[in-house]
Amino acid sequence: MTCVPEQKGMGEVARYLVFRIGSLIVSIVLATLVIFLIMHAIPGGPFDAEKSPLSPDQQVAIARFYGLDKPLPVQYLKFLWGAVRFQFGYSYQDPGETIADLLGRTWPISAAAGGAGVVLGVGVGLLLGIAAALRRNTWIDYLANFISVLTITLPPYIVSIGLILIFAVLLRWLPASGWNGPSTWILPVVAYSTIPLGPVVRYTRTSMLDMARKPYVTVARAKGLAPRQVVMRHVLRNAWRPIITITLPLLPGIMTGSIFVEAIFGVPGLGSFFVTSISKRDYPLELALIYIIAILYGVIFVISDVLYVLLDPRVRLADRDSAA
Amino acid sequence: MEGTTGIAKDLGTASVLAEPLDRGDAVLGPSAENWRRRLGRFAANPLALAGLAFIVVLVTAAIVAPLITPANYDDTRYVTNTYAFPSGAHPFGIDEVGRDFFSRNVYAIRVSLAIGLGAALISTLIGIPLGALAGFYGGRADWIVSRVLEVFQIVPPFMIAILLSTLSGGGIVELVLIISFTSWMGMCRLVRADLLALREEEFVLAARAVGVGQLRIIVRHLLPNAMGPILVAFSLTVPAAITAEAGLSFLGVGVNPPTPSWGGMIADGLSYASYYWHLEFFPVLLLTMTVLSISFIGDGVRDALDPTAL
Repeated sequence: MTCVPEQKGMGEVARYLVFRIGSLIVSIVLATLVIFLIMHAIPGGPFDAEKSPLSPDQQVAIARFYGLDKPLPVQYLKFLWGAVRFQFGYSYQDPGETIADLLGRTWPISAAAGGAGVVLGVGVGLLLGIAAALRRNTWIDYLANFISVLTITLPPYIVSIGLILIFAVLLRWLPASGWNGPSTWILPVVAYSTIPLGPVVRYTRTSMLDMARKPYVTVARAKGLAPRQVVMRHVLRNAWRPIITITLPLLPGIMTGSIFVEAIFGVPGLGSFFVTSISKRDYPLELALIYIIAILYGVIFVISDVLYVLLDPRVRLADRDSAA
Repeated sequence: MEGTTGIAKDLGTASVLAEPLDRGDAVLGPSAENWRRRLGRFAANPLALAGLAFIVVLVTAAIVAPLITPANYDDTRYVTNTYAFPSGAHPFGIDEVGRDFFSRNVYAIRVSLAIGLGAALISTLIGIPLGALAGFYGGRADWIVSRVLEVFQIVPPFMIAILLSTLSGGGIVELVLIISFTSWMGMCRLVRADLLALREEEFVLAARAVGVGQLRIIVRHLLPNAMGPILVAFSLTVPAAITAEAGLSFLGVGVNPPTPSWGGMIADGLSYASYYWHLEFFPVLLLTMTVLSISFIGDGVRDALDPTAL
């Protein structure tokens, strides 16, 4: 696909979208198939004697009830057929509740905590990045750099435990865990906010400094526009970049609940099921989670690539296949 | 930065991996003069030197662990004194079942560094050939490798690691393999992008013209030119692998007790943290300092190889 940027018509966008979505479907089927095969390749099953005290007859009956006696290809196709209609059946862990109900009960909690964290992280990140660029080599620049190095280098679970050690153990200002009332919401939301914070600070600062060297900024200054207005009118207009390139790809992971953040702070969200569905061999729940995550990530990546191209005339679609 | 995936992303580590590196003078070839200048630049970076010093201390402690610890890591001889706070005899205190906590932390260095280095090495050995295949040949090879990369992009690699680790039961060798399998994508992407650009260079055309084979072009002409970025990416994969191991152990699917792992100790200590703070503080401190130190070394290497990079 060689075309000059000016010819980026809707036809090209449509063709690109079809190609990306087609590839994405292949990848999603591949991903669920691989997970399905791994889960079935390992000896043992969800209703082994060690997990539940059932007689051999009962084991056969329960395997038939869940369709586990069918050949593997049939089982996988049954999953796929349900998955396209977003029906995943019942979780083995808690047969009284459909997986759809389970998601409806726990997902909103994860999405609220993660969403609040993203808003906080991106907001503070933009402000800190702008402040660092405007006051270069002052204490605020060093503080911004220190924070972004820490939050980029250290995994969220270390940051979370650091927050607990400082604010719950040492200062005793906030409860260490729980999910009942605003005071218990603060630490997990702050923990989530550190995931986009570092990259947003760094990217905003760098692009602000780049921008400041651009001829049109010099022109704006020469025309007598105050520095504050230059920032507001010209530089901030490019703030969409970090939000799209950094925050969008983080959204699926954060909005479905970090296993670590939820475990550490006792948030009753979706996060814990990522581990228990594996350890309890809960095939339908595990596959449903992988399927949903894969769709979320896939769609987000396609959206961010298309947005990026539409918003930036210099980028060509062909340059941005998934591996770019 | 948008290209970062792999285990690093789930753990929020080192998105620097995907930042493009300007090759700068590396194309001119590694002369002794160049390397001396780079060494000088590295030595002028205080954070990188401090990181290096800390890692040297850590490695030394790991090697001479039996000489500097009062007891073995699984020795419960201080059972009458459980939860004891740090003291002269026990600088990190005693843990909940009567083991010297300093000893456990020192032996954990071995586990952590062995898995970190081992996994980074193996993931490099997976990432380079696959990236070279996709970048050099393009076309169908590139499409296939891109689909595999996309699978790891849409299914968080850390979830795959949890899955494999849970099902394999967790041993050191298994963990090294699992973490390698879920963290090679950054290296692969980098090599692919580099070779995609380098294969258009004139020296490749020249090598082709005199009849040099494709494999030889990749190994002798292209990869050496990508060595700088590869080295930097490697130095960032190590801390990512270390935090991955600690993360898996934190979830209880990593290193099996009583083998000490910082991640396991952090998970155990969390429930006592509000009173017996030392059981949480020391493993968190050591893991944090280790990861930061190696990252600073990596940044130092990057700046030394390419002073124009940010």
